[in-house]
Amino acid sequence: MAAVQDGQVESDAEKETKPDASNDVAGNSSGGARSMSPNAASSASGAAKAAAPTGPGEQQTLLAVLQFLKRSKLLESVDILRREAGLSDELDESQTNDGAAAGSASLLRRVSVGGAAATNIAATTTSKGAEDQPDVSIVLSAYSQQGDPALYQVYYSGLKNFIESVLDCHRAELSQLFYPLFVHMYLELVYNNHEHEAKVFFEKFSGDQECYYRDDLRVLSGLTKKEHMKGNETLLDFRTSKFVLRISRDSYQLLKRHLQERQNNQIWLIIQEHLYIDIFDGMPRSKSQIDSMSGSLAGEARREANKAKVYYGLLKEPEIEVPLDDEDDEAENEEGKPKKKKPKKDNLGSKNKKQDPNAPQQNRIPLPELKDSDKLDKIMSMKEATKKIRLGPDTLPSICFYTFLNAYQGLTSVDVTDDSSLIAGGFADSTVRVWSVTPKKLRKVKSAADLNLIDKEADDVLERIMDEKTASESKILYGHSGPVYGISFSPDRNYLLSSSEDGTVRLWSLQTFTCLVGYKGHNYPVWDTQFSPYGYYFVSGGHDRIARLWATDHYQPLRMFAGHLADITCTHFHPNSNYVATGSADRTVRLWDVLNGNCVRIFSGHKGPIHSLAFSPNGKYVASGATDGRVLLWDIGHGLMIGELKGHTDTVYALKFSRDGEILASGSMDGTVRLWDALKAFDVETDDFTAATGHIHLPDNSQELLLGTYMTKSTPVIHLHFTRRNLLLAAGGYNSQ
Amino acid sequence: MAEERRQKQCSVVMPTESMKAMAESVGVGQLQEDSCVALSEEVSYRIKEIVQDALKFMHHGKRRKLTTNDIDHALKLKNVEPLYGFQSQEFIPFRFASGGGRELHFYEEKEVDLSDIINTPLPRVPLDVSLKAPKEQQKSEFTEPLKVVKPGQEEEGSIQAKGQGATSAEGLGKEKGSIRIKPRSTHELSVEQQLYYKEITEACVGSCEAKRAEALQSIATDPGLYQMLPRFSTFISEGVRVNVVQNNLALLIYLMRMVKALMDNPTLYLEKYLHELIPAVVTCIVSKQLCLRPDVDNHWALRDFAARLMAQSCKTFSTTNNNIQSRITKTFTKSLLDEKTQWTTRYGCIAGLAELGPDVIKTLIIARLSVEGARIKAVMEGPVVSNIDKIGAEHVQSLLLKHCASVIAKTRPLPDVVDQYRTDYGYLGPMLCSHVVKARAQAALQAQQVNRTTLTITQPRPTLTVSQSTLGVSSGPRTPSIIKVPSSLALMSTRPGTPTQPSPPTTKYIVMATSAGAASTQQVITLSSAQSGSPVTSTVPSTPSTLQPLVKLESSSTAGMSRPLQKYIVVSLPSSSSVDSKGSGVLPASTSPISVEQSVKLERSESPAASTQSPH
Repeated sequence: MAAVQDGQVESDAEKETKPDASNDVAGNSSGGARSMSPNAASSASGAAKAAAPTGPGEQQTLLAVLQFLKRSKLLESVDILRREAGLSDELDESQTNDGAAAGSASLLRRVSVGGAAATNIAATTTSKGAEDQPDVSIVLSAYSQQGDPALYQVYYSGLKNFIESVLDCHRAELSQLFYPLFVHMYLELVYNNHEHEAKVFFEKFSGDQECYYRDDLRVLSGLTKKEHMKGNETLLDFRTSKFVLRISRDSYQLLKRHLQERQNNQIWLIIQEHLYIDIFDGMPRSKSQIDSMSGSLAGEARREANKAKVYYGLLKEPEIEVPLDDEDDEAENEEGKPKKKKPKKDNLGSKNKKQDPNAPQQNRIPLPELKDSDKLDKIMSMKEATKKIRLGPDTLPSICFYTFLNAYQGLTSVDVTDDSSLIAGGFADSTVRVWSVTPKKLRKVKSAADLNLIDKEADDVLERIMDEKTASESKILYGHSGPVYGISFSPDRNYLLSSSEDGTVRLWSLQTFTCLVGYKGHNYPVWDTQFSPYGYYFVSGGHDRIARLWATDHYQPLRMFAGHLADITCTHFHPNSNYVATGSADRTVRLWDVLNGNCVRIFSGHKGPIHSLAFSPNGKYVASGATDGRVLLWDIGHGLMIGELKGHTDTVYALKFSRDGEILASGSMDGTVRLWDALKAFDVETDDFTAATGHIHLPDNSQELLLGTYMTKSTPVIHLHFTRRNLLLAAGGYNSQ
Repeated sequence: MAEERRQKQCSVVMPTESMKAMAESVGVGQLQEDSCVALSEEVSYRIKEIVQDALKFMHHGKRRKLTTNDIDHALKLKNVEPLYGFQSQEFIPFRFASGGGRELHFYEEKEVDLSDIINTPLPRVPLDVSLKAPKEQQKSEFTEPLKVVKPGQEEEGSIQAKGQGATSAEGLGKEKGSIRIKPRSTHELSVEQQLYYKEITEACVGSCEAKRAEALQSIATDPGLYQMLPRFSTFISEGVRVNVVQNNLALLIYLMRMVKALMDNPTLYLEKYLHELIPAVVTCIVSKQLCLRPDVDNHWALRDFAARLMAQSCKTFSTTNNNIQSRITKTFTKSLLDEKTQWTTRYGCIAGLAELGPDVIKTLIIARLSVEGARIKAVMEGPVVSNIDKIGAEHVQSLLLKHCASVIAKTRPLPDVVDQYRTDYGYLGPMLCSHVVKARAQAALQAQQVNRTTLTITQPRPTLTVSQSTLGVSSGPRTPSIIKVPSSLALMSTRPGTPTQPSPPTTKYIVMATSAGAASTQQVITLSSAQSGSPVTSTVPSTPSTLQPLVKLESSSTAGMSRPLQKYIVVSLPSSSSVDSKGSGVLPASTSPISVEQSVKLERSESPAASTQSPH
């Protein structure tokens, strides 16, 4: 067997391409295509029979196949194969390999046994009846022919030795190969029931992997049987989606040459099949550059994935006549209409009227019309904004901490209204509670019968419809049947959204304190939900890995954003409401276009599930925090990582920019609130090269950017909010243990 | 090392024995070894898978601890029925048992008797979720501009100081489930403390003098009142605020006595509450009107007493940081210099300044003597103005003479020539001259009697003798009895409360004498204005019959003349310690201090009332 190894591997390599294609089709059509994959395979074999030149190595291959089948006790298949081979059905497949492999000598003497393989597959599947296998099985079963699992270690260590011996500048880049190769080789071993070899392989090489893959390796370690792979979505994703690596052309050439010299086709195959190598011209990247970008489940984002134009600018604020009667706001109103939340007070009114070149069309997404009450609220917020403290490294905000007492670790989510008048908490006991933090108490609207008695012409009718008897500081909303993981106030404070483990998103009225709608669509826990800054729309994301965009008056989602490879853990609206950012357990942040549902940005670099997102008030940047305690900053326009804030020691659950975007506050499970100098962090010079390639040298300046650390005693910080005057509110449930 | 761990990770599976045990528990007897191995691997994988999913729920639940609920939710994800009955939020104890070569871990389920559960009283309802934020921070959102925190001190030390909003608020309140804002803020009182507080405050302002004495004694001596201190301080400051408006002299006096008692308590640290107490005390010194009938009521004693309290707190609490003494001095001086200041306030200012020490007297009061003299002259000799003004001027005059004479006696070179005095000090010159002469005589006398004369120099107290001698103007015989005392004045200034000192008797006595001076002046003056009778006799009628025992005791040591004096002394000096020391000092045989004080109290409680009645 070993003697024929090389040649056989070659042939396998060629043969491999065919089922791969069929698999791609089947993979895209997901589980439903299972039954048709044998058909696809047999049609391939038919095609193979049509063209039937013979190659010299075929006998050996056939022998090997037969040998394997016998060993696998697939006697029926052996018979069929014998019969078919006796008919001398040889297939010389024309070169379907991609150009990267061209020029390889092996390609020329490649002998395809694709027909045999296909028959084999067809036979296997038919003999077993309707086998409930994911489509990956076909790909893998083809591998099984070559059969010597003991050599996997040799291959891997051969590559390892090679990579360790190359020049330093290439070593870092080529080291990226280790992890995906390791995982795929391991999975192949497992899939082919070489349990022992798989275990040995894992033990030998898992220690070499980068520490940030630890969590994945743990999952992998538990997986030792073929059957286990069936239900494991994470691994299925790993197989079906290509792991993306970014390697400079020089390094790639080096690798290719090596693999060809060594005839190391097993590895070459995996690279061809499961990896997407994004080749770029220029200097190889350094280790730190690579580390900063890698870590996600599917490797780095492809470069072209981040090339789409994103209109990150802000929408023009509607013009509102601000009454000049109040004594304290004449100064501001002279100069025009200040913006609402992004009050660039120093801007002149004329500039505000100009359209931001990066802003989307005003009506790109239809937005709800402003009601009178909204206008009043905007005026209020403008007035408040004029009293705002201008923050900076020298003027840090005061922090007011709202502690949830007696929550018994049941506090799962918190939100604060924009005007900081209400706080809502979602609890593990399925309740949602709303508190008023101003002296104004929460009141329900009177019942319909009582409402009839009211004089509708009265000036204070809005006051009269409220039932004074129900006034209290807090209200409890019952309706969910599982922990409430996400909560969000509507901008007009009339509604509250909550998302729960029970798979629903509920819309509550804060006038009647009742549930208005239960949005069903996610059948699995919904981890997060958020209202659009303009109301009406909201986004939700959960365990089903699909983020959904809803409108409050539609019971079905308007958009479904699919693409994440693991749970969507947090969702966030862009300030202009045209984009939605989602963070996921696959350790990427994606930005979706609300208009067409496309994924316009993929940010990779986190080393753990992402649990918090925040857009800067000017819409240009997004910050994300993950379980690894790091906060990463991204430039949306260029699709680049522009900063890394290290300091937290546990999951970052809350991120918030100050109203002017000068300070970024982050709150964590480790019970601290940290303040970062956002202006300085964003002040990274990006030349054309970095912008084009996305290779950025991140300065390690977290300590300089850190402006303050504020400890709680034993309270994880799970929400942060800047009031309109830039006072920082933080919230969390006290943990008594 | 990492590799070792990985190996472990990779190889951890449930032992096959567990499989067998579990199989037996559901009634499968003979499980083949192969099946066990296969089962254990499968089970291990599934368990790992479920735990990995459960971890997601833990992360989203913002917890660090995996709970049974998380497992249930993870099972639900897999469409598996959750495990009912494991609802514990806490650690589930697994018991270990071995026997027959087998080892088992199991979850102990106790048999529960339902009737027990039904019959036991219901446990306390767990506290409901509540939202707390530090109060002062909330306020700051609405009223104050944001506090600025200086950057560049991220290290731990400063974190706590800076992060007070987060830490102090939540940290403190946990034990009782409610939030406390700052260590200084009021603490919740136990029921006993609340009762005590109620009793004490009622007794202090109530009508029963005996109770009051006990209450004040308690305040002055009990350790462990610090929790109630904020409440006492608020009580006093609010009480003064209300009673000044209502001109309730008696209550003001009671409240000042409370202040005195608080200051006397060595276990209390008043500095944090001075912002409430000082305004109250100063109000009692300089308020324009403290009583309903200023022409007859003796609010002067209250002013003197409060001034003394003020001086005491200045000495005790004034630091370079809070600058109490200089701030107080400025306040007094300012209204003293104001032409329009009424006599009452003027009196208060002078008293307040005078109590601050001879240096203050020398620089601020003596310098003003001629001006004040002219003002007094205008009232005394000018056209008849209101009676009130006249009384005020008289008091100011006697006060000035009392305080200035002793200082001048110490500082001015000997020949006391009346004309010289007149040129130097104007209208008051001649009177001052005679006072100074007396003061010198006393000083000489004391120097012979007591070795402590030097101490007296520093103290303003000797001025008391002067005040007595102002009485002496109207009543000659009184002075000698008072003169006995002055030497110890110096000691008096050190906080009373050390009765064992050998010298205190005199000290205390002097204290009493001083207050007696004040008190008796009160009486005398009312009399002098109304009847011009002898002061001594005038005081006697006001002493109630209950005082008899006291009188007896004292009579043994001193002449009968001193009796009324002492009584009056007590009036203005409620502190039990002073009484105590007096008792021991004056009487060789120690009388029970309480009884003495009681009697004194009783008398004192009536004295304001009596004084209001006596003239008319």
